[in-house]
Amino acid sequence: MSDTTHDGALATSRPLSEDAGLSPAELAGKYGLSVSGARPRLGEYVRQLWGRRHFIMAFSRAKLVAQYSQAKLGQIWQVATPLLNALVYYLIFGLILNAGRGMEKGVYIPFLVMGIFVFTFTQNSLMAGVRAIPGNLGLVRALHFPRASLPISFSMQQLQQLLYSMIVVFAVAIAFGNYPSPSWLLVIPTLVLQFVFNTGLALAFARAGAKTPDLAQLMPFLTRTWMYASGVMFSISEMLKGKPAWIADVLQWNPAAIYMDLVRFALIDDYGAKNLPPHVWGFAVGWAVVIGIGGFVYFWKAEERYGRG
Amino acid sequence: MAEIAQSKVPTVIADDVHIVYRVNTGSSGKGSATAALSKIMRRGKGDAPGVRKVHAVRGVSFTAYRGEAIGLIGSNGSGKSTLLRAIAGLLPCESGKVYTDGQPSLLGVNAALMNDLTGERNVVLGGLAMGMTREQIKERYQDIVDFSGINEKGDFISLPMRTYSSGMAARLRFSIAAAKDHDVLMIDEALATGDRKFQVRSEARIRELREKAGSVFLVSHNNKSIRDTCDRVLWLERGELVMDGPTDEVVRAYEKHTSA
Repeated sequence: MSDTTHDGALATSRPLSEDAGLSPAELAGKYGLSVSGARPRLGEYVRQLWGRRHFIMAFSRAKLVAQYSQAKLGQIWQVATPLLNALVYYLIFGLILNAGRGMEKGVYIPFLVMGIFVFTFTQNSLMAGVRAIPGNLGLVRALHFPRASLPISFSMQQLQQLLYSMIVVFAVAIAFGNYPSPSWLLVIPTLVLQFVFNTGLALAFARAGAKTPDLAQLMPFLTRTWMYASGVMFSISEMLKGKPAWIADVLQWNPAAIYMDLVRFALIDDYGAKNLPPHVWGFAVGWAVVIGIGGFVYFWKAEERYGRG
Repeated sequence: MAEIAQSKVPTVIADDVHIVYRVNTGSSGKGSATAALSKIMRRGKGDAPGVRKVHAVRGVSFTAYRGEAIGLIGSNGSGKSTLLRAIAGLLPCESGKVYTDGQPSLLGVNAALMNDLTGERNVVLGGLAMGMTREQIKERYQDIVDFSGINEKGDFISLPMRTYSSGMAARLRFSIAAAKDHDVLMIDEALATGDRKFQVRSEARIRELREKAGSVFLVSHNNKSIRDTCDRVLWLERGELVMDGPTDEVVRAYEKHTSA
């Protein structure tokens, strides 16, 4: 009942009595077949993504655990790595370069540690986003799932990493005489907003990185520039004393600086509101909403193209 | 096959499918930051130099019907696996379209598994990656482990996968992948994993899956397993469909071609 053909073009010609004259598209329509791998609508996409929330969580946790599974000390590195990082930066910027001008030592050390960890959170999410698709091409080409799961999962991994780092942050804060107070609770909304911002950023750069994997080589330079411009290891307003005020304002309104300053404001008693730029919460929410939603929509628009060789 | 053919409901329609891979060959100074910069600068003028196109599938059309088990044969690099991925919607077509009934799934979760995690966690992760719910995984967890036979030689499931022998890892992968029922099932040379005992078990499991699935596609270099499982065969060569017909006829022609 099926005829053998030696020509690919005739291969659909297993004749069907009533379907014989139909083109493939018409035949598909008649039996309700849909185009394989087509991009779902935005609402449907969000719904699918929600359906995969357990996968996203499990994947991020698995990545986190796998990181140190070969080390003898195992998961202790989750806390030890950020602690060592903070020590190195303190050695270079605190002791050798004396970047803490205008700040007491008791303020500067927690200031530095929080700056590093909060910035690293954004930096690592961004880097993981760039590599999300090219680094997981095998997964993308083997299984079906909303591709946004990958960048989201990676920023989730960074969030969990940050929560470990926060143990160090709290310890440092207390060691320098900043005891838990109600203002510490401000850390929660700050990190939530930063997480949304990071995820949006990771999504946007995941699309860019999927098209141009070379971006991964370029990113370290961009993020390092960003780090030095955001006042991670020095106070922006202190460094730019004597320059027009708007320069400091613009630097302080950049998202990395906003989230860093809010965490410092929440945890350090002597880091008062005078160190914050005007409209700080407005910017914190604004960046999260604009980049969060923008990045997601931008990523979704190329959904059907991820995984192309 | 006769009773299947009477219903004739199409499940997969491939309409003049072309698939092109673009490979970055990284002509100069691969990996350095300056090379990345110059490459980005050059973009937007058509295809940048250093990008090679590989036309893997060229104008393949066919219609698969409910209940059919279709084998794909052809020499290495003839585009069989690529075609399967396009049907699954995992690789975008350069031109042409694939229409499917429901979501076809490729049998293979290798990529979602992580060698540094225990077999236990990999079962959960692999199941979630395939879109199973936590409840479904909990329900089938024991079946998966038993089927894989990982624990026959001691409690290996709680050890990281990197400690497994390659055969054990392949068995676990297959067991996870085969735990889910699929509408349109595609198997990429999965039958060859494990020892003889496991092969018998997996063949039985594939038969079970076939009964539940709408259509089955099987890529294999083993003509015997194609003959055992499939009632129709597509023969691909250099990305083109050479022949499409009943298993006996096509496999015989293919064997003649390869032995010549």
